[in-house]
Amino acid sequence: MAMKVLVGCKRVIDYAVKIRVRPDKLGVVTDGVKHSMNPFDEIAVEEAVRMKEKKLAKEIVVVSCGPAQSAETIRTALAMGADRGIHVEVPADQMALLQPIHVSKIMAKLAEKEAADVVLLGKLAIDDDSNQTAQMTASLLDWPQGVFASKVEKKDSQLEVVREVDGGLETIKINLPAVLSADLRLNEPRYATLPNIMKAKKKKVAKMTPGDLGVDVTPRIEVLTVEDPPVREAGQTVSDVEELIGKLKDKGFSS
Amino acid sequence: MFSLTNRLRQVASPAAQLYRCQSTLVVAEHNNEKLNPATLHAITAAKQLGGEINCVIFGSQNTAAIAKEVSGVEGISKILVAENAAFEGFLPEKLTPILLASQEQFKFTHIVAGASAFSRSLLPRVAAKLDVSPISDIIGVKDAETFVRTIYAGNAIMTLKSKDPVKILTVRTTAFEAAATSGGSGAVEDLAASADMPAISEYVGQELTKSDRPDLGSAKVVVSGGRGMKTGDNFKMLYDLADKLGAAVGASRAAVDAGMVPNDMQIGQTGKIIAPELYIAVGISGAIQHLAGMKDSK
Repeated sequence: MAMKVLVGCKRVIDYAVKIRVRPDKLGVVTDGVKHSMNPFDEIAVEEAVRMKEKKLAKEIVVVSCGPAQSAETIRTALAMGADRGIHVEVPADQMALLQPIHVSKIMAKLAEKEAADVVLLGKLAIDDDSNQTAQMTASLLDWPQGVFASKVEKKDSQLEVVREVDGGLETIKINLPAVLSADLRLNEPRYATLPNIMKAKKKKVAKMTPGDLGVDVTPRIEVLTVEDPPVREAGQTVSDVEELIGKLKDKGFSS
Repeated sequence: MFSLTNRLRQVASPAAQLYRCQSTLVVAEHNNEKLNPATLHAITAAKQLGGEINCVIFGSQNTAAIAKEVSGVEGISKILVAENAAFEGFLPEKLTPILLASQEQFKFTHIVAGASAFSRSLLPRVAAKLDVSPISDIIGVKDAETFVRTIYAGNAIMTLKSKDPVKILTVRTTAFEAAATSGGSGAVEDLAASADMPAISEYVGQELTKSDRPDLGSAKVVVSGGRGMKTGDNFKMLYDLADKLGAAVGASRAAVDAGMVPNDMQIGQTGKIIAPELYIAVGISGAIQHLAGMKDSK
């Protein structure tokens, strides 16, 4: 009984870019800065595609909430192997205040509309570092969650999920339908090949707004400031191991 | 009559109500044997919020001993205990309904826990049902509604005000001192609230790394290895060094991905975030995402 998988992906500032705080101290500079799919979401998309290749999934629908450019993020997911896309349009200037609580409501509504069996999200987005959306989506749907997943296997009518937790690994079994969030080691995402990128242009992408889904995206927070972290004192280079040991002993660290 | 109306208006003012009823619930974390120190750091953050502080302990066994540890902490009013075999594995699907029932009973204004895999799994689930936006990994409390947290792997610091009526927060343990475990006189009572627990998830087991070394999250000295170590066997040099220094051993993502060491040693944006007195990095390039996990080292 192949599953329908709904995968979320977010367009974020590329992980290798050096962030600059805006002069108005209310955000970071995003104009003209390289953006890409959130790395954890690439892993989520990859997992969905592998499920389809193993015939566990029959259809992959990829969702992204964001401005016009999020269409590129969706296309990347389609090129990796997703079947069709849903672009929930949110203007660029509202993105900083679009939070997991809003996105989870959108994902939950879409999961119901699409009759999804699995919702697959990235563990966290590297811009707001929240790590909440999958948990909140699961909660709204009253579905179980397999978050920080490093391995997912279908066992009869359940999913067995190995999760990365503070002390090591934890294994749980959850009923379907379920929400999962991908951790770093779940898989290594593929690069989209050129033929697949071309094919992706023909795949359907539906457009809608949060309002079309009955979701209110009124911000729940007010950003007071965004600032640079405190500057550290410059470090010292030492010339040899003896000097290093000497300095450590001076500071009170010794064996 | 006029003065009575005036007093009624004062009582009805939202600010006055908020202050008078301000009450924080700290969700304790433990492993059925000992209290997790993360809870002590969360209690310090809770104290900075002002208002009454209560603590809840869920567990499948031995909760009385955990409650005893918590009762040693000064400044806690009530320690609520809920012991149930169903809480084995601390499954968030099972804990959420009963946390919501407690919220219904006590109407806390703040729900707080130390940031960890446990609280990150549980608190957002609770927040979704209460229709509030949880705030992850705070590093500072400005007042009962205003918090500080990092974004972009610690490369920017945001101060934000929450507009929600209940604030649900996870607290970065390295940003707050651990509360002292003596001088307390909190009253321990059984949690009266109960709730149906869905049977949609099962806890199968854990594979925890056992070590005699200090806990990575709280060690004063940490020796860390990265891709430059080349093999897991080479990590022996770091383990030996760590033993001489009484240190814990950590690793970068590259070392974990390469299978040199287990995942619970990972330090970084999505691994552990630590702030030891001394951090020794060996064979680590210093990518932004790794620095995010250790740049507060003294």
